Parts: sequence; C-alpha cells; structure tokens
Amino acid sequence: MSISGKMKPGAGMTEYNFAYLDEQTKRMIRRAILKALAIPGYQVPFASREMPMPYGWGTGGVQVTAACLVPEDRLKVIDQGADDTTNAVSIRKFFEKTAGVATTEETARASLIQTRHRIPETPLTGDQVLVYQVPIPEPLRFLEPRETETRKMHSLEEYGLMHVKLYEDISRHGAISTAYAYPVKVEGRYVMDPSPIPKFDNPKLSDCPAIQLFGAGREQRIYALPPYTKVVSLDFEDHPFEASKADQDCALCGSATSYLDEVIVDDAGGRMFVCSDTDYCRARRAAGHVGAQGVPHEEAGA
Amino acid sequence: MTPLLQVRDVAKFYGGRRGCEDVSFDLWPGEVMGIVGESGSGKSTLLASLSGQMAPDRGAVIYDTRDRGPVDVRAMSEPERRMLMRTDWALVHQNPRDGLRMGVSAGGNVGERLMAVGARHYGDIRARAVDWLGRVEIAADRVDDRPTAFSGGMQQRLQIARNLVTGPRLVFMDEPTGGLDVSVQARLLDLLRGLVREMGLSAVIVTHDLAVVRLLADRLMVMKEGRVIEAGLTDQVLDDPQHGYTQLLVSSVLQV
Amino acid sequence: MYVAVKGGERAIEAAHGWLAEERRGDVAVPELSVAQIRAQMALAVNRVMAEGSLYDPDLAALAIKQARGDLIEAIFLMRAYRTTLPRFGASEPVETGAMRCDRRISATFKDAPGGQVLGPTFDYTHRLLDFALAAEGETPPAPEAVAAQRAMPHVMGYLDREGLMEGAGAGDAVPPDMTRQPMELPACRALRLQALARGDEGFLLGLAYSTQRGYARNHAFVAELRIGAVAVEMEIPELGVSVELGEVVLTECETVNQFTGSKTEPPQFTRGYGLVFGQTERKAISMALVDRALRWRELGEEDEGAPAQDEEFVLMHADNIQATGFLEHIKLPHYVDFQSELELIRKLRREAGAGREAAE
Repeated sequence: MSISGKMKPGAGMTEYNFAYLDEQTKRMIRRAILKALAIPGYQVPFASREMPMPYGWGTGGVQVTAACLVPEDRLKVIDQGADDTTNAVSIRKFFEKTAGVATTEETARASLIQTRHRIPETPLTGDQVLVYQVPIPEPLRFLEPRETETRKMHSLEEYGLMHVKLYEDISRHGAISTAYAYPVKVEGRYVMDPSPIPKFDNPKLSDCPAIQLFGAGREQRIYALPPYTKVVSLDFEDHPFEASKADQDCALCGSATSYLDEVIVDDAGGRMFVCSDTDYCRARRAAGHVGAQGVPHEEAGA
Repeated sequence: MTPLLQVRDVAKFYGGRRGCEDVSFDLWPGEVMGIVGESGSGKSTLLASLSGQMAPDRGAVIYDTRDRGPVDVRAMSEPERRMLMRTDWALVHQNPRDGLRMGVSAGGNVGERLMAVGARHYGDIRARAVDWLGRVEIAADRVDDRPTAFSGGMQQRLQIARNLVTGPRLVFMDEPTGGLDVSVQARLLDLLRGLVREMGLSAVIVTHDLAVVRLLADRLMVMKEGRVIEAGLTDQVLDDPQHGYTQLLVSSVLQV
Repeated sequence: MYVAVKGGERAIEAAHGWLAEERRGDVAVPELSVAQIRAQMALAVNRVMAEGSLYDPDLAALAIKQARGDLIEAIFLMRAYRTTLPRFGASEPVETGAMRCDRRISATFKDAPGGQVLGPTFDYTHRLLDFALAAEGETPPAPEAVAAQRAMPHVMGYLDREGLMEGAGAGDAVPPDMTRQPMELPACRALRLQALARGDEGFLLGLAYSTQRGYARNHAFVAELRIGAVAVEMEIPELGVSVELGEVVLTECETVNQFTGSKTEPPQFTRGYGLVFGQTERKAISMALVDRALRWRELGEEDEGAPAQDEEFVLMHADNIQATGFLEHIKLPHYVDFQSELELIRKLRREAGAGREAAE
C-alpha cells in the first residue's frame, strides 16, 4: 500500500487524515448518505474520489466506510462471506493503517461491517452498520444502457421492463434465472440492485435493524436502506421468489440453514460444502456443532 | 356526448419551415379519422404532435380522460402523459422494429404493457398474450419466438397485439400497411377493421394509401403543405372531391 | 479432514515482496533513477501527468518507476495521490496565446506570423531502429539558434477576425470540476473537455480515427498545434493581485472543421479543441476531433449514431483508471455468485430432464 513519498514506513500514514479521506470529502459523502437514507433505494450521485485501490475493488464501500468510521468503531471486512479473502484483508489493513480502528472477525462484535457479495448469517442489530461494495448500482442497466434513460425510468416508476426480463427468464428456463444481484423493490417505490449478493441473502435485506449503506465508487452512486425498511424481491404471483441454496449441510459445522460454498477436494472432482460465512461456521464449531467431515473445535485449533 | 379527442389549432414548425399548422378537429368515441396526403404534406408531423411523440409549438390536444374528463395533453405532467400512453393510448409504427422489442419473445412483447400497469401473474399474462396472438392470427406455439423470426406481416400484427392488449380507447397508426406486400396488406386491413369494430376503438390513421382509409376511416382529412385542405366523410371526399389537389390524388389512385 | 484456505494476508505480503524484487530486476544492471526517467522517458512522463491530471514530472517519473513502466498503473498512482492533496484555489485561465513555443505548426496556412516551428518531433524521422543508441554513445549536440523574440498569435485569430469562425461560446463563468462533482449528463462542453483531457489516449485516438473514417466525419484541419510553456497565475484574494506560481508545458490543438450555416446565418467554420498537459500531441489532436464530434447537437447536425457522437458512451468510458479497475476486478473471487449460478443451472437442468422424461 505504499503510494507516495509522504508515507514513512513504520510511522503509519500519519500524514493522511483519519480514515484517509479529508474532512471536506467525508462531509460530502455523509450528505449523500443522509439523502440516501431519507429516500430509501434511490441512487444519490456523489463525487466519488480516486482511492488508492482500483475502481471495481470496493472503492465505493471504502469511501462510505471512511465517511462513517469513528475512532471507537470496531470494523469487520468480508468478501464472499470470509474475513480472510485477499481483498477483505487488503481493505481491513487499509483501515487499520489509515484509521487505526480496532478490527474483528466476529459479526456480533463489529460496529461497522464492510462486505462484498454476502450478508452475514448472524442477524444484525440496531447498533450496526453494514456497508456494501457495489459494482453496478443500476438494476435496469442491462435492460437499458443509458443512464439518462434509466434515471427517467426510476423517476417515473416505469418498471415494466424489469418484469419483462423476469417473464423472458421463465418462458425460456421455466424459472427466474437470476441467481445473484436479484432486483428488489424498496418500500413499494424504487427498484434497487442489492449488489451481487446471492439471492439467498435477499430476505435479510428486509426489516433489518441495522443501517444498510451501498457505495458504488466508479459509478458515483450511494444508496441506502434505513433500519426496518421493507424490501421485496421482484417476482410473479405464480412464480414466487425463492431464496435458494445448496441442498446440503455444512460439512464442518453441520449448519443446514447457512449459505454454502462448494469446494472441490480431490482430482476425481469430489466435493464438499462448507459455510461461506467463516465467522458463523467458526462460532458454531466453537459451540460444539460438528458436521459430517468436521472435527471438534479444540482439535482443529491445535 | 364529449369528443374523445379535441384538436385545436395545432401547429408544429421546424425552424422557419412549417410542419403543420391550423389543424383542428374532433374525434368521437368509436370513430376512425384518416389523414391522407403525399410525403412531406405534414401528416406524420401532425400524428407525432397528437400522440405525444413531439411537442406541438401551438394549439391544444384535449383528451377525455377516464378519471378527470377532458385535459390538455400538453398540460399533463410527464408521468401522467406516459401513463396515458401505455394504458389508454396505443401507437402503431410504420416499421414494426420501432414498436417492438426485437430481443424479447412475442409473449414478452405483448405482456409488457400488462406488466407495466401492474400485472404480476405469469400464467395470466401468458394466457392473455396467447389469446391476443390468436386474435391477430399468430399461432400460439410462436409465443416464445422472437420477432426477428417473424415475417414483416407477422411483425406488424404482433405490434398491433402488443398495443391493443391493455384495451386502449385511442389508437394512433402511422402507415400501418406501409412496406408490406399487397396481399399481406389486405389481410392486415381486414384484421384491423375487425378489431376496431369489435373493440369500439377510436383511431387516427395516417397513410398515403387511399385504399386504407376507404376501408377503415369514417372521416377523412386531406393535407397538403402542412395544412388541411379538405375534410369530410370518407365516401363523400373520395367520391366527390372538391379541392383540386384531392381530385388529383383520387384520380391518380383510380388510374392505378 | 478439510481446513478452509487461510493465509490471504501472508500471500499478499509475499506477493508484494516478489513484486518489489521484480520491479528492481537484475541487480547486476544499474538501477534507473527517477531523474533518468524524467529526463529520458519524458513523453511517458507527460502522458502520466496528463491522464493522472497532476502536473509534477518528478512524481510522474517516480510513478513510472514504481509501476515498472506500466503507464496506466503509473497514472493510477498519480490519481490516488492527487485526490489527497488539499486545494488552495483555482488558477487564472492560462494564456496559451503567450505560450513560449517549442513547436508550433499550422496545416491550414503555409506560413503565419511567428512562423512554423517544427521543434522536437518524430514527424519526419525514418522509423528505423537506431542501433547506435544500443551502443550507449552520447548524442551529438543539436545545432542551436537564438529564438526570435516575436509573438506567435493564435492562427485561429485570423479566421476569427474575418468572421469565418463560429463564436467560441462564452460557457459557464466557473466550469464544473469533475473531480469534485458527480458526472451529470448531458454535460456542458467545459465538462466534456475536462473529461477528454484526462481520458485515455488510446481510447480517444480510436474514437478520433473513427470520425476520420466516416463515423461522424467532421473534416478536421489542424489550424494550429502548439507545444510550449505557459505561466500559471493565481489571484491571491488577500493581495488583490495575480501571482505567477510557475510554468507548465501544454499541448494545444485547434481544429477548423466543416462549416455550418442556415438561412439566417451565413456559413462559418466550426471548431474542435484539445488542451493537454505536457508534450502530448497525439492526444491533443484526438481530443479536438472528439470534442468536435460531440458538438453535433448544438451545431444542428445529424445524429449518425456514431460512437464519437455519443456523449454518454464517450464520457463514461474514456477514463482508463475506472475502466482498468472494473475490468480487472473480475479477477477477484466471485465464488459466492458463481455458486448461486451453479445451484440454479443444476436445478433448471434437473427440471428440464424431468420434463423430458415425463414427455416420453
């Protein structure tokens, strides 16, 4: 993360402001966040800054996190549900360096969680903030490439086209063939992209006690779900939305309800299924749950 | 009775050039108005100005809405106008490609307007789409095919189904038979006439083809250089044209 | 038993260490200094300053060194650094008419007051590899002459005074700052020019070339291309006077393009404009052509559906830092989404299979 001559090794990044961004920029982002909270699901344009990590790698989430962090915060960063994936590590280290805040891998202990592609399994609480990294904030983008046109469609609530897409899915495949980034309607008004979370996570968006913030850096948009917002996944009455997952239990902790990753374990293509939320899986094993291929927690830790 | 559409002194200019000017007429429920003229006569400009695709520079287009009675379309907010255009109004383009989603199946094309106004039952939407395909003589087993696989005549019929599925009261048609073979034209005209009668539709049809208005229109307006030069009952105008230009128009057809 | 893959942190550190070693390369070969890059890779430095939107040749040279010669990576380093810099204010508009030109050519006039000055250009070199450079010989000094102290007024001015050029357009008094405000479309010309000035050279080159090949052709002539140093002045409110802060080297390209006219207005030539940091003339000319193509609406031209006419397409895709980030992010793990797709495709295949069996 060495970017400029201003950084002295060992001295941290003391010449940068707390959480990297200058206060003016943070204020600008906070204004956008407040507006987003006031109009749930509406994409608020904001003057995204260049960050020292590439666009598309979480710059939107990082800016939102930077604008929200206070020194007392305890930060958790996950990518694909895991705390130890490379990009999660990279972002967590960035804030350790630039903000010096405490970090944790435990969902329940975190006050602010930045995520890419998952919502933690452990239910969130009213004193937590969940920040999503968003690549393409516009749910209508792949139906209508023009920003000028999609903004008009949102403002006039013209969402027929969105259902045409779902209709086409069913007529071709017999089911809605959107597995992630599954579009939702917020409080009966704005159609919103929930970021590329698997549709399994969609129900957790609704009625959530935590504040949910969505940051898209390259596309310069912030949107939000205030606590207890009603979020409905789009569907048809006779083809209702289904939050599906692999029809298996976690091989390590035995959970039958968590979202699972499929891991190829040998050359013959043998595979096993394990929790994508690593903290959830660890906590269950610590509490004594053992899956078909798991071992009791103490042994694994040895 | 209130006219469904009252057109008052509509004018549209392109820079200093006149598109159309001084156009006024009433359209009554269930009535079909034909607008004829050669290309450049202003008939397409007039249609675009009436149907909300273009904002006229002057005049009023007053529509008898279901809930609020007569309202000047120009004074409506954009959401209101767009809602009107996908519920009570329909617009059939000359080129079906302009009026269809070519990448979406026939069923999706017909279903779009239903979904836009809140239909959320896949089975019902599909059933109504299949029903409408039947009414425009497209076989039910083509419901999942894209319009790109259809002939020109089928595309035009699909466009008509897509427009009529929400039961509009007013249909604007721009050369609906243009670009089709003569035999295909005849079949399409027959179909249109049936649908207009059956649904009690009001329509404004722009065409250069007098055979089309002879078959479909109750009344006729003849346009030349952006102005209406003659108007009246279709048979009257065609059988006993008063204006020299109309006489020319009629006789040129008769010679063919 | 299975243990989930861990150690992302260690892997990252090891990768960074390896990268640093590779950057340095063979230690038997002397290390490049930043000063060497600045002096001898000047055009690379210029491009990094231009697209990095930060005029600092030393930092740009450092960025090139750190990026192992990957210019887009170097531009990225400059951008990320730039974003942290405090802003004290905005300079006065620079006066390019008073430029101390190293190069100044006009394609529309054989000669013009101030003369044609070729300057240090590749234009008339034969593109033959010079093996003498491989032998590390010093280049003999170029012949010198004393620069004539004469003014070099803009060539466009002559056409302007004759009324042959369209007005330059007043524009907003304070142009919007695309690094401080989100991009809003449609964009004014000032905003478009800003986006083009920091846009990717290759992207703009391709677009400009496409206009020449007929996709929104606009018949551009280079009325003038000038490269040289201009003074940057800033008004200090406390002092009430402008103070010269220093100089920057700029490349400016003004094109004169096909004329427009109507019944009410006599025909006039139209213009395209390019202004870029450093000696970057391919970029400046490309910018002028694309600027002109984007002006079709205001000039009452046809929308030909050409890419270079499409403001949203051009502005949303010209930035190589945005583009490269998003492109390369598909390297990041996506296995959660992929898993979701896997489940779905298996389910659909199961159902399709069941349907077939039932039918048989």
